[in-house]
Amino acid sequence: MKRRWLKRLWQFLRPHAPALAGAAALAAAAGLLALLVPLFSGWAVGAVGTEAGQVRLRQVAACCAGAALSALLAALFSYGAAAVLTRTAQAVSYALRKAAFARISELPVQFFDTHPAGDLISRVCYDVDTVNAALSTDLLQVGTSLLTVVGSFLMLVILSPPLSGVFCVTVPLSAALTWIQMKRIHPLYRLRSRDLGALNGFVEERVGCHRAIRLYQVEAEDLRQFEGQNAAASETYYRADCAGAALGPSVNFINNLSLAAISVFGALMYLDGTLSLAALSSFVLYSRKFSGPIRATAELLSDLQASAAAAERVMDLLDEPPEPGDPPGVREPGKLSGRISFRHVDFGYDPAHPVLRDFSVEIPAGSMVAVVGPTGAGKTTLVSLLLRFYSPQGGSITIDGLPLQQYTRDGLRRRLAIVLQDSWLCGGTIADNIAYGVPGATRAQIEEAARAACIHSFLTSLPQGYDTPLTDSGAGLSKGQRQLLALARCFLSNADIVILDEATSDVDPETEERISAALERLRKGRTCFLIAHRLATVRSADRILVLQGGQVAEQGTHQELLSAGGIYRALYEAQFS
Amino acid sequence: MKTVLGYLRPYAWRAAAGVAIKFTAAILELILPLLLARIIDELVPAGDLPAIWRAGGLMTLLALGALVCNVTANRMAAWVSMRMTQALRHDLYQRVQALSCAQADRFSPSSLVSRLTNDTYHVHQMLDKVQRGGIRAPMLVLGGLVLTFLLEPTLAFIQLAVSALTILTIALVTRRGIPHYARAQTAVDAVVRILRENAAGVRVVKALVCQERERFDEANRENRRAEERAGLVMAAANPITDLLLNLGLALVVLAGALRVNAGLMPAGQIVAFTTYFALIQSATLGIAKVFVKISKGAASARRIQEVLQAPVQQGQESPQPAGAGFLGMEGVSFSYLGKRPDVADLTFSLPRGGMLGILGPTGCGKSTLAALLPRLYDADRGVVWVGGQDVKSQDRRALQSRFGVVFQNDTLIGGTVYENISFLRGISREAAETAARTAQAWPFISRLPRGLDTPLELRGANLSGGQRQRLLIARALAGRPEILVLDSADSALDYATAAALRRDIRLAFPEVTLVVISERVSAVRAADRILLLQEGRIDAQGSHEELLETSGRYRRMVDLQMGGGAG
Repeated sequence: MKRRWLKRLWQFLRPHAPALAGAAALAAAAGLLALLVPLFSGWAVGAVGTEAGQVRLRQVAACCAGAALSALLAALFSYGAAAVLTRTAQAVSYALRKAAFARISELPVQFFDTHPAGDLISRVCYDVDTVNAALSTDLLQVGTSLLTVVGSFLMLVILSPPLSGVFCVTVPLSAALTWIQMKRIHPLYRLRSRDLGALNGFVEERVGCHRAIRLYQVEAEDLRQFEGQNAAASETYYRADCAGAALGPSVNFINNLSLAAISVFGALMYLDGTLSLAALSSFVLYSRKFSGPIRATAELLSDLQASAAAAERVMDLLDEPPEPGDPPGVREPGKLSGRISFRHVDFGYDPAHPVLRDFSVEIPAGSMVAVVGPTGAGKTTLVSLLLRFYSPQGGSITIDGLPLQQYTRDGLRRRLAIVLQDSWLCGGTIADNIAYGVPGATRAQIEEAARAACIHSFLTSLPQGYDTPLTDSGAGLSKGQRQLLALARCFLSNADIVILDEATSDVDPETEERISAALERLRKGRTCFLIAHRLATVRSADRILVLQGGQVAEQGTHQELLSAGGIYRALYEAQFS
Repeated sequence: MKTVLGYLRPYAWRAAAGVAIKFTAAILELILPLLLARIIDELVPAGDLPAIWRAGGLMTLLALGALVCNVTANRMAAWVSMRMTQALRHDLYQRVQALSCAQADRFSPSSLVSRLTNDTYHVHQMLDKVQRGGIRAPMLVLGGLVLTFLLEPTLAFIQLAVSALTILTIALVTRRGIPHYARAQTAVDAVVRILRENAAGVRVVKALVCQERERFDEANRENRRAEERAGLVMAAANPITDLLLNLGLALVVLAGALRVNAGLMPAGQIVAFTTYFALIQSATLGIAKVFVKISKGAASARRIQEVLQAPVQQGQESPQPAGAGFLGMEGVSFSYLGKRPDVADLTFSLPRGGMLGILGPTGCGKSTLAALLPRLYDADRGVVWVGGQDVKSQDRRALQSRFGVVFQNDTLIGGTVYENISFLRGISREAAETAARTAQAWPFISRLPRGLDTPLELRGANLSGGQRQRLLIARALAGRPEILVLDSADSALDYATAAALRRDIRLAFPEVTLVVISERVSAVRAADRILLLQEGRIDAQGSHEELLETSGRYRRMVDLQMGGGAG
């Protein structure tokens, strides 16, 4: 379980195995060439000799040139290795972000109701970035250091097997020490990533309330709350750093300790006559070669820990259960006639508080049905169930006689054209937004849809017209205009069932009236499902359902309901009182 | 960068102490090999066993000392960078709060989120890495240089020149990396924006079976491209350092050979030089990592600085003569983007305690007009007055404290129902309940499992649209404002609830000056003055009765909406 993230991360690295091997080869070549530099300079120093006027300058120059050349080649190779790794690390980060977003787009809607967007941002940005740092620089360094250490160690074993026994004690010791510390530190780094995510969640929410915070002048309290989150995140960050701070120095300490042990034991062995002075001297020289790379690697350990915790968080996101996939044998809906029926549907977001109780209704194909009722009566819930955001706890919902679950989920959603109360626009231009989901729509078709949604003349009045890009700043479109754009999108689509959930709540009645006329054209050959609390928009419906307390309280045409003199009539009269 | 470094000041002593301790640790670790050399070169040949043991013991002590010093120094460095980042983030947040709406629009909310989060991490990382990894290498290089000068000044000059060249190159490389990292951060803004939009609009995204992946991919790819370029530039730091140091060594040996040949120095000094050189070279091993962090951190620091140094807007200006009445406008024009005016030539006035209705089709500038009253934006031309005084001459806070506003795009925050009504203002539970009753929210709140203390899901996802709207109205009422602005605040309410809301507001707040924005005549019919807006201009104004007389358009609206005139 614990190491699973490592396995998962490897899945992302595996496609780059050849590149990684190439980088390793380049780094090894660079390392070997780098060893030539001291060799050449040693020869050069040897060629200098000790006597003035006796220096073999030609030979010195040749050796220096050799050193310079190997240094140049080493630099080129090591740059090559670093470049390959940088590219690889970026490719992996890219793939991680892509996979994270792919998973995010598959998560059920409930996930977003309980997980702050800021936390997702933190995983996709900060956590992936932390993993990237480890891949692009740390890995190279650990690799080359390991190479040097192993090489030097082999030399040591050749020089004096008994003395290298010292390392048999110190190397496992530092490994064990590191292991123990890492185990202790790991949860701290997890907390650190988590708290940063929480801080981001807070920031994301509050920046979104900038206007209200300013207007109600609650900056001080908001800042106090922010500072609470900031202090908590900083504190956990520090605690992880603090624990991690001992990691490198303690490995270093053991390395230094082994130097002391070698010199003392080596001296003892020399005095004992089992080791020559020359051998001891080279032994010490090689064990000192350890120190640099070990120090550098030890310094990285805490970074690697942070990366591990970050990788784990990214993998946790990738492992979030998506909306259940389509079971085998489900049907990809083709053209639907649009007969919808709800049979004895029970549903509550929290089963203890049912929203719909034994809700049953038949919507014939090609008809226009309106749902009205007080807010909170469960109107939007019907749409959520049709879209399969949730599954009913009892009863069944069928379209064309087949239960919803027997269609592919996305296929079914594609057959529905839908405008929700909170219209959402993607980036890109206005034309892109209208043509969303209808690839290959021509400009003429787009304009036609915009005309039907009564927003064409506004759009043409914009300096860039239909090519105006949309941004997330306050200067954008009004809420009503966004609804009209969503309607235009709906008009352009070729869906079989049209669902409008308070689609024109922020649109003026005159425009609404004109849209109703366009809707008359749109509904031909389609089933229309209309939710509204304003009765003007529902008058022309074939049937009106009055929802109350999770059940259909009344139904009939506008005229029938008016003459029945029940809830509908009361609602109707309220608008003229 | 300068601004960020300014945050070092309160911790300068602590940081200096940390550096000093790190320095000590480095010195202790430098003495180790000297002792080692002494054991092998002197003590072992002499066979002085007690001295060998003593030296070994001393080495152990030094190693222990280095351990303690390094851990302490690392922790102090972590503490200093943590405190600096915390303070920086605090100030940045405070500055973001204080940005005018126009400034916040210009930065865009996503970019502000990104600066507050991602950019502050990069700065944190930079501060940490510089303190921890940026001491040893320069110190050893510097120490090595000093020692070589003592040894042989001529050769040392070569070494110095090479070192200077190295530093120069690294500085240039780092500088070239910064713009790439800045581009990468801009791409991150786009990533943040897409994630925010997808989280907030998840239901529509799902319903439309949106292929948002392409849009994300674009930002993701741009991020990768920029980071890759930056990485490729920064990857040069280590090889260049190494190469220059090695070339320097070759030069030193060559020059040394010439000098030895000329009898100017003993040959042994070249060997000593190469020893120091090895020391310096191993010290620069991790230098690239530090510089990557510096260049990334500098790019982020610049982005943070842009916000911190954004000019303070909306100060108090000398008043322009206001018109008559408690609240009003004269000749006001305003444009969000500074191009085509979004509203123009607005002139009207309203007595204290009166009700203003703003009516018109969507996108005609109703919300823009309302945003000018509490000075969320400043008019480009004309004068806006509240309380009989030009708003630009009033203290913004004093002015805004008179308002309660429900905007179209207001959102609920995480927390309970009560916390959302109180909205950080410390409003009593009784007052919150009263406000909720007036806002017609009490019936549904009292049915929630824990009443006022029911926790809400993000953005109030567990409430219906109408319930969310009523909570926002309760929020505006809870502050008992003098002026209440309701911007299409009843668009998701049914007629009966909306009517009850209007009645109860009048009952609970008989003195309040009311500004009601709506698409519907019924919501504003009772207003003392109705502004009929059309494409950013006032088409007609007057009371319901007056407008029935004077405006054909108004009459048509009434006919259409109210099933026939006086109704």
